[in-house]
Amino acid sequence: MLKVLLARLGQGVLVLLAVSAIAFAMFRYVGDPVLTMSREDATPQEKAELRAFLGLDQPVPVQYAKFLWRVVRADLGISYRNQRPVFELIAQRLPATLELVLAATVISLLLGIPLGVYCALRPGGWLARGVQTLSLIGISTPTFVTGIALILVFAVWLQWVPSFGRGNVVDLGGWTTGFLTASGLKSMLLPALTLSLFQLTLIMRLVRSEMIDVLSSDFIRFARARGLPARRIHFTLALRNALMPVITVTGLQVGQLVAFAIVTETVFQWPGMGLLFIQAVGFSDIPVMAAYLLFVGGLFVLINTVVDLVYVLVDPRLRVRGA
Amino acid sequence: MTMWATVPWSVRLAALVALGLLLAALAAPWLAAIDPTDLRNFNLADAELPPAFVEDGDPRFPLGTDNQGRDLLSAILYGARVSIAIGAAAVLTALTIGVTLGLVAGYVGGRVDAVIMRVADVILSFPTILLALLVAGVARALLPEAEAARLAPFVLVGAIGVHDWVQYARTVRAATMVERSRDYVRAAQVIGLPARRILFSHILPNVVGPVLVIGTVHLAGAVLTEATLSFLGVGMPPTDPSLGTLIRIGNEFIFSGIWWIAAFPALMLVVLVLAVNVVGDWLRDRFNPKLRGRT
Repeated sequence: MLKVLLARLGQGVLVLLAVSAIAFAMFRYVGDPVLTMSREDATPQEKAELRAFLGLDQPVPVQYAKFLWRVVRADLGISYRNQRPVFELIAQRLPATLELVLAATVISLLLGIPLGVYCALRPGGWLARGVQTLSLIGISTPTFVTGIALILVFAVWLQWVPSFGRGNVVDLGGWTTGFLTASGLKSMLLPALTLSLFQLTLIMRLVRSEMIDVLSSDFIRFARARGLPARRIHFTLALRNALMPVITVTGLQVGQLVAFAIVTETVFQWPGMGLLFIQAVGFSDIPVMAAYLLFVGGLFVLINTVVDLVYVLVDPRLRVRGA
Repeated sequence: MTMWATVPWSVRLAALVALGLLLAALAAPWLAAIDPTDLRNFNLADAELPPAFVEDGDPRFPLGTDNQGRDLLSAILYGARVSIAIGAAAVLTALTIGVTLGLVAGYVGGRVDAVIMRVADVILSFPTILLALLVAGVARALLPEAEAARLAPFVLVGAIGVHDWVQYARTVRAATMVERSRDYVRAAQVIGLPARRILFSHILPNVVGPVLVIGTVHLAGAVLTEATLSFLGVGMPPTDPSLGTLIRIGNEFIFSGIWWIAAFPALMLVVLVLAVNVVGDWLRDRFNPKLRGRT
């Protein structure tokens, strides 16, 4: 247990150092901050003073250490584009992205697990085959195409739901939520569905193959021989064992969802971090890009570590092996 | 021929579709009515015309025109060519780098192996699209605008390849570690062949099989990533559009009821990727079932 945790943490620190080094390199070497900040007719002496003031004349390792110290204190610089602290911008956009990811995860679990179970129990049925075919089309369709198609049908032609933005949000002490208003929920429908599709396919396929595996194992055969009712065998015994990898995958997918939210947020003009990042890329707003990189790097390390720990807690076999 | 008989009809169909689209894209300069990258070939007066088969359609433009009056069918054929070329180049680049690093890591072992595989672990913990966006975004910030448009294909290849080499490296490394202790490698070492020769002429042919299968599977993914980057505005410029760029252009007109600019390139993209995916999945299951679920 401790060994697993330590190995994970070691790798996590490595990832964070790599990510922060890239972020630092972006700050330091993409464009010259002195040129960006000084007047056009600044004398070489003025420039040198500014360089010294910004600490750019110090050795690179020292600059990197100072950069890390600033990051630890959540001082991520000022956005070139709208002249506001980057940390503030990200904090403001965070709820929108996390709510979108949460909604997408819930949708994909609520639909994916029953569909996967159904496909495993009735492998030859027409519904199972239809679902399998649809899932292949699902993984071949890029997120933005799904999003545009949904907008075209449900927002432009049928006009049932809005096509962009979050609708009305409620401010809960710095955390804006769209879950509490009708227009917020309606606005979330299409983006969350779009974002969930890829994960939905994945969970469905996973549950299906795991269920088929588990159903052919000895303890299920034994349960059948004992004459336990099918419902109990399928849902209490088999499903519980089949859900183990689903925990891992759902957890690991949260990171993927945050990344794919960039695309979904762009299609639906959803004011989350992904849209912030894309706008930053469009304007070469390096501080925002670097901060987003740091944030996502940290998030991924966190997710990977937590998933590993949960997995060890849930599966006793791993605990023995790790000890 | 006996092998062909075991291929299910859906895979045969997919292979035919993939091949057909590939040929159509390659032959774009001869099939397309106009060259959509040449400004002299289109007229703004023809902009946003609907497809020929709906009301108000113009028979000159079977699938309608885009916002600059370009024939959409020609733009799609050329766009598919750009998409496929970038996807294939990205796969080849990733494959070359991955196979080389995998061979070296598996053969040399020790610290070299540890460093390569640690880097691979770090890269694998991020999704392809995120790394690709970062690389493309930083390249955009670094390059002046004119250069950015000219170098866009190369940036895209690098942006996609930076993630995809890992899987080749891992597969080849594992296979190389097995081959390393085989007699023919020992023999080659004993007669004093240089390591480079042993790796590339002796070990490589024995480990390259699974790599080609992964390559097919990755091709679909690479085309999708390119399309996504172009859609997000960090890929191919509108003057030399890929399918993703065309969908990006079309997306701005969805709300005015002009659906065809986005719809037809999207359809082309989905059919292309679907066909390649079906073939790739089948190849993987047929030749390398162990890889299932890992891509």
